[in-house]
Amino acid sequence: MSQKELKVSALENGTVLDHIPAENVYKALEILDLKDIESQITIGINLVSKQHGKKGIIKIADKFFEDDELNKLSLIAPDATVNVIKDFKVVEKKKLEIPREIRGIGRCMNPKCVTNHQPIETRFSTAKKGDEISLLCHFCEKTTDSKGLF
Amino acid sequence: MKKSLISIRDFTKEEILHILETAKEFEQNPVQDFLTGKVIASLFFEPSTRTRLSFETAVNRLGARVIGFSDASNTSQSKGETLKDTIKMVNNYVDMIIMRHPLEGSSRYASEVADVPVVNAGDGANQHPSQTLLDLYSILQTQGTLDGLTINMVGDLKYGRTTHSLLQAMSHFKTKFVFTAPEELKMPKEYKEFLDSKGIEYIETASLEEHLNSCDILYMTRVQQERFTDPIEYERVKDCYSLNAQMLANVKDNMKILHPLPRVNEISQDVDETPYAYYFKQAENGLYVRMAIISYLLGHRPLR
Ligand SMILES: [Zn+2]
Repeated sequence: MSQKELKVSALENGTVLDHIPAENVYKALEILDLKDIESQITIGINLVSKQHGKKGIIKIADKFFEDDELNKLSLIAPDATVNVIKDFKVVEKKKLEIPREIRGIGRCMNPKCVTNHQPIETRFSTAKKGDEISLLCHFCEKTTDSKGLF
Repeated sequence: MKKSLISIRDFTKEEILHILETAKEFEQNPVQDFLTGKVIASLFFEPSTRTRLSFETAVNRLGARVIGFSDASNTSQSKGETLKDTIKMVNNYVDMIIMRHPLEGSSRYASEVADVPVVNAGDGANQHPSQTLLDLYSILQTQGTLDGLTINMVGDLKYGRTTHSLLQAMSHFKTKFVFTAPEELKMPKEYKEFLDSKGIEYIETASLEEHLNSCDILYMTRVQQERFTDPIEYERVKDCYSLNAQMLANVKDNMKILHPLPRVNEISQDVDETPYAYYFKQAENGLYVRMAIISYLLGHRPLR
């Protein structure tokens, strides 16, 4: 088996997330809420990528996501690609889009924000400034950058 | 549909002008008890006597009754009840909630939990929209217009929420700004970018004298100790500007000095007797503006 085949080893049905920054693979699993899933998950970390140095890859068998769920990953993996696999074939390939609003992931950077003191789901609207994504807190109206979110 | 006032950005230019117009009506005729039979909650999770008395007087002038507390230390919140549960409970009794809370975003959250309108009377360093509206009213009453004025903001422009909200509100009205602040307390970048995006001019200076004689409004602020995390930084800047009557010799005739009060050392007592002092009248204006806000949100002075 060549090395190439090993990395994308046969997935009959499911989703492959590629080009995730290596250091954010665990965050991606957390954001996609895959802790209690029954099906097989294969994770690759520190694979060599031509574009991004070291990358990570996540393959989830028998699981297909809504775009909204996947787009949450754009904050930590803006260049990730999604491959939808059916019968061993890539039937769909897509890029992530930055959602207008994100709810329930990350924390507001403002220590005096009500969401950091009361049991409240966080809510941000997004804006892209160059390479950075900034997040405006719906509650305290302060800006958090995507690096400070986790 | 229920409407709350949490941030000055919740009101359009038309609504802002409507509130100011309505406030004028209440200034001319302050006893109008059309809210008889209504009950309004005044929830002060942190004390602020000045703001609370102004709001509660406004409620009383309109004929409604007030329930609530002026300090959260004896409430169920201090026993660990969530903000949501407190708001849900109070919501059952009243027609409107006026609240002040030390956490930023708390009023927005309350307005989403409550079925009745919520008025934000200050959420930490974030927003205090009734203050902004009374500032606008004071500018309108003294200058006869809101258009084309030069506003010189002085003091703590970094942490001072009143200057930030006033800047956002005045961006509707072709204003020119002067920002007078020491290096440590300069206007934050995000607000300057906001002005840039709207094509609004501003000048920055560290000298109070430099643009004193060319402004229409001198908006003085207090350097607030509670907003500083670093006590050394506070000591360094707390007395950076102090205005006295001598300095006013060559100001414009129509120039007025505003200050959200309380003042400490930034305006000396001898300024009070000059025709430029307007800060006490400004505080009184808060009553009429708050009557207008309450009436509007309860549907009694609808936008036409
Ligand atoms: Zn926040």
